[in-house]
Amino acid sequence: MTIAIGSYLAAGLLLKRSADDRWLAPARSMLLPGKTTHGHHQIELACESCHKPFGGKQALQESCERCHATELKSANDTHPLSKFTDPRNADRLEKLDATLCVTCHTEHRPGITRPMGVTLAGDFCFHCHADIAKDRPSHAGLAFNSCNSAGCHKYHDNRALYEDFLAKHLNDAPVAAAPILPRRALREAIAQLPDYPADRFPLKALDASAQDAPAGLRATAGMMRDWLETSHAKAGVNCGACHQADKGAAWTERPGQAACAGCHGTETKGFLAGKHGMRVAEGLSPMTPAQARLPMQPDARDRQLGCTSCHGAHRFDTRKAAVEGCLGCHGDEHSLAYKRSPHYALWQKELAGTAPAGSGVSCASCHLPRVEHRIEDLGLKRTLVQHNQNGTLQPSEKMIRPVCLSCHGLGFAIDALADRALISRNFAGRPGGHVDSLDMVTRRLRELRDKRRKPEDKS
Amino acid sequence: MKARIAIGIAGLTCAAAASAQVSYKELTDALHLVMESDRTVYTRQVVNRLQNEEKVIKASEHFKDDKALPLPAQMFRFGSEMVAEKKPAFSYSLLSLWPINKQNAAKTPAEKEGLDAVAKDPSKPYYKEETLGKVKYFTAVYADRAVSPACVSCHNEHKDTPKNDFKLGQTMGGVVIRVPMK
Repeated sequence: MTIAIGSYLAAGLLLKRSADDRWLAPARSMLLPGKTTHGHHQIELACESCHKPFGGKQALQESCERCHATELKSANDTHPLSKFTDPRNADRLEKLDATLCVTCHTEHRPGITRPMGVTLAGDFCFHCHADIAKDRPSHAGLAFNSCNSAGCHKYHDNRALYEDFLAKHLNDAPVAAAPILPRRALREAIAQLPDYPADRFPLKALDASAQDAPAGLRATAGMMRDWLETSHAKAGVNCGACHQADKGAAWTERPGQAACAGCHGTETKGFLAGKHGMRVAEGLSPMTPAQARLPMQPDARDRQLGCTSCHGAHRFDTRKAAVEGCLGCHGDEHSLAYKRSPHYALWQKELAGTAPAGSGVSCASCHLPRVEHRIEDLGLKRTLVQHNQNGTLQPSEKMIRPVCLSCHGLGFAIDALADRALISRNFAGRPGGHVDSLDMVTRRLRELRDKRRKPEDKS
Repeated sequence: MKARIAIGIAGLTCAAAASAQVSYKELTDALHLVMESDRTVYTRQVVNRLQNEEKVIKASEHFKDDKALPLPAQMFRFGSEMVAEKKPAFSYSLLSLWPINKQNAAKTPAEKEGLDAVAKDPSKPYYKEETLGKVKYFTAVYADRAVSPACVSCHNEHKDTPKNDFKLGQTMGGVVIRVPMK
């Protein structure tokens, strides 16, 4: 009996495929050292994704960076590794080894895990910034556990919170006069892409007679109607573009994610880095709402997430994906409140054609936003949908610059995102509280101006 | 005392590089010569020329947001960070007794003494052995002077500057180079 149990646990531990195996997965679960955080629970049984045998902390660090380094870099991480490798910081590293993610984010410790997966005491800024009041007298007496939690600073992403940025936005109106979200402008982007396969996909609209599906596999009337309405048909993307890897290759009846990635590589990369695709990225079966920790719609439990689960094969209606795609599965308070929100009212007007394109706010407008994507090698930039929702999810201040500021003023956005109840109501109403950061900047600028004026007044 | 660092005098096509043992001082002096020259070229030929003389583009700490040039100090730090990523046998930083960013103030006793020394006599670098985090380093501090009007105007007018009467040619800080000693 002991040998049988031992063998079962050993198989669960040693075989990676056991993470997705109905019988062996419970063996792996038993070996988990503690409940994983919200960020990693989907892949918690793929132990190898983070842990390498005998690799130690550095191997673990490489695992963290494999998934998170790109996002941190694009967020202009305020505390990057390069700040701590200089030997002059050796004394600081003895107190807090900021060269390793696990110093602050230790997994499997539910008892001490706080928001953002932080497992340090909330006053950790103290270790390096104990004398901040010398430089900023206004900060004297402020609690060190409030730096990160009061809406003023974040450890990593301060793109919308740094002093000079706040100073530029002191007089923002709560809502811009005629707010419009960025356009994707695919045609303009294609014109600049040197490797766009224009010979295979000429930018010319196709009609029903042009379909290239072989005899016996011709599209049904419904499929044809859907396809003709898509940007695919309008941009010369025929049936074979998805159903055949190359001209002359075998016909695939149900093309997978790889077919989409052929043209939508950046979007696929984002999907795999986010909560919808991270299981696939780690070699596991696709995510299903049944595995989610957030409340989901009961009838969506077993839907497997891939490109077409939101976009719908043949139809590829991005407007449908942007709202119905989300609400078909998500059943939490914030999601359920969306249809009572002013954002949804704007979305309906856009759909009805009574308001301009880009004036409506869908779920995707905020959670899978259109962002600037730079192609460094080509020196190009274009606007694409970021399919990694982590980019704007938590801490919520990450959403301010890529999303909120397209329509709202900075002060309003900071206050709104600091109001948890308002977020639950999906922003139906106005912020109930107020974050002092903009007022503090106003006071500081006035003080500096007065200080500079004084010597001149005396002369 | 010699640093066990081989200085390759190899051409691109020369497979067998000649090598020689150099002292820590010779090594840091050589590194500083390159750093100081690149820094001066960027400050004079790019920032001062385009911002102060031609007035066609500004230099800004928030150069991405402001669509501007990186500040000379940032240019220096970005290089230092890229070097650090390659984990070489040395590190370098730009510090000052009057830093705009207070994280760049002198911290270790050698940094304090060194910055004081080069402020008094910029012609003489300061050399010292110091132990940080149980590792012994050869630390060299070189004067970092205001090489163009852009240095002076920007530092004197910055809202966070602790000193607003810098003059052209004056020492504004120091380049600190560290080599772990064997």
